[in-house]
Amino acid sequence: MNRHWRVQELLIAAIARMLDGLGHVAVGASSPIPGAAALLARTRSGGQMRVSVLGSEHDNFFTDGGRELFDCAAQGRIDAFFLGGGQIDGAANINLVGVGGYPQSRVRFPGSFGSAYLYFLIPRVILFREEHTPRVLVPKVDFVSAPGTSAHNVYRPGGPHALVTSRCVFTFESVSRCFRLSSIHPGHTVQEIVEQTGFDFEMSGTIGETAIPDRETLDLIRGPVADVIGRTYPAFAKRLFADTAA
Amino acid sequence: MIGCIRPSRHANSLQMLKSTSIDIESIEGLAARIPDGVSMVVAPDYSGCAMDVIRALIRRRIKHLHLIGVPQVGFQGDMLVGADCVAILEAAAVTLGEYGPAPRFSAAVKTGKLELRDSTCPAIHAGLQAAEKGIPFMPLRGILGSDLLVYRDDWRVINNPYVNGDGDPIVLLPAIRPDFALFHATLADRNGNVWIGVQRELMLMAHAARTTLVSVEAFTDNDLLADDRTAAGTIPALYVSALAEAKYGAWPVGLRNCYPPDADHLRQYCEMAATEDGFRGYLRTHVEAEPVTA
Repeated sequence: MNRHWRVQELLIAAIARMLDGLGHVAVGASSPIPGAAALLARTRSGGQMRVSVLGSEHDNFFTDGGRELFDCAAQGRIDAFFLGGGQIDGAANINLVGVGGYPQSRVRFPGSFGSAYLYFLIPRVILFREEHTPRVLVPKVDFVSAPGTSAHNVYRPGGPHALVTSRCVFTFESVSRCFRLSSIHPGHTVQEIVEQTGFDFEMSGTIGETAIPDRETLDLIRGPVADVIGRTYPAFAKRLFADTAA
Repeated sequence: MIGCIRPSRHANSLQMLKSTSIDIESIEGLAARIPDGVSMVVAPDYSGCAMDVIRALIRRRIKHLHLIGVPQVGFQGDMLVGADCVAILEAAAVTLGEYGPAPRFSAAVKTGKLELRDSTCPAIHAGLQAAEKGIPFMPLRGILGSDLLVYRDDWRVINNPYVNGDGDPIVLLPAIRPDFALFHATLADRNGNVWIGVQRELMLMAHAARTTLVSVEAFTDNDLLADDRTAAGTIPALYVSALAEAKYGAWPVGLRNCYPPDADHLRQYCEMAATEDGFRGYLRTHVEAEPVTA
């Protein structure tokens, strides 16, 4: 297919649309694509949105050390955040610890980071994982780093909003506590998504195609967004934008 | 910019400091102060990592550390685990960021030799904050329903005593009172005050630990507490037991506002440390050989 956009740029644009109108978006560890999406949304917000990028020297306004992001979230001062997972299941539970037993995991991931806390406290948590295969999107995670939903008596203003992969966008239905297929990226099919998803999900009504980024959006992504995200994720920016740097 | 003031060439730091209680050590001397089997908090790669001291600890074959990442550990954690220095690893994550999975940590997990105390970032901060306040525990939101809670038998759940019945369960975390805090910072003055700028997790570590050891890029003859612009980001010498000067002491992970990570070297580490033999080769070349920095 001869197309003028990369799948990562489509993902950046799709995630950015979920952030429109928010006041403060925080970006955690190992999150270059969500980070780029947050920066794109900030660029388009006309100065209305704050973005803090963990680990960044330039794009992190916190001054009270590592604790501040978490305290800030608990106070309700962060509107959106991103989490990934070595495994994600149909109840939006995420596993950042490992597969094949614990503690002696067959495959060990880095660890839970702040997920077991931020998932509870930030209203719009967008799950992001490029790889969309049955080994990642599983019926039940091996280890629950952070649960997708909680009992009624658990203090939980936050939770999953959507799951974005390289094939599609799911939204999370808080009442039925499961994912619903929302849009499919160009070049992919419902059948393929059913085959490549290890958990059951809802499909109702018309399932649209994920909008491709327009020229203006691509210029922003390849220009100012690439410059800024490259300060925190140089290897990512070099790999992705080497031939389109503005 | 305050960062990276060059070390003063004329002052003999040992003589200057005789009138104060702060100890100036060599890198090896700082490492020698940390016995086997102690608990020790260290910073993530983007904060302040005393890599020269870590290499000295590996050279002196330190054993049975209870290593605590605040809230995660990077290269220093992977190196210490690979060199068999760590018995217990407590962290929210072990990560080399963009460079890929932490190879020696992943290998050690498979052997089962490493005792894991998997945590979550704010739980580490909260535990240290309890120690900072001198109280036995700290309540924290979230965590309920996470398998972390299943495996952490030192974590408890109570009902919020200010709400009737079981209307508001909340997790309690015991204070984390480390034997040692070890980190690297940009600047210290001759009185032993250490400037950390906005890396205030280093302040938290120093407040919580029984003994704090710091390597710094350089000493300044100015009093860091004399000017509020530096005092606000300065750990008072009260909390600091000993210092060592280490120019480029955070190599290869870098130091904010001073020098970036040495990406080529970090990639080389990941390639070499992918196997046990490769990692031993890395240690021979970059750790066991005479102390080198960039």
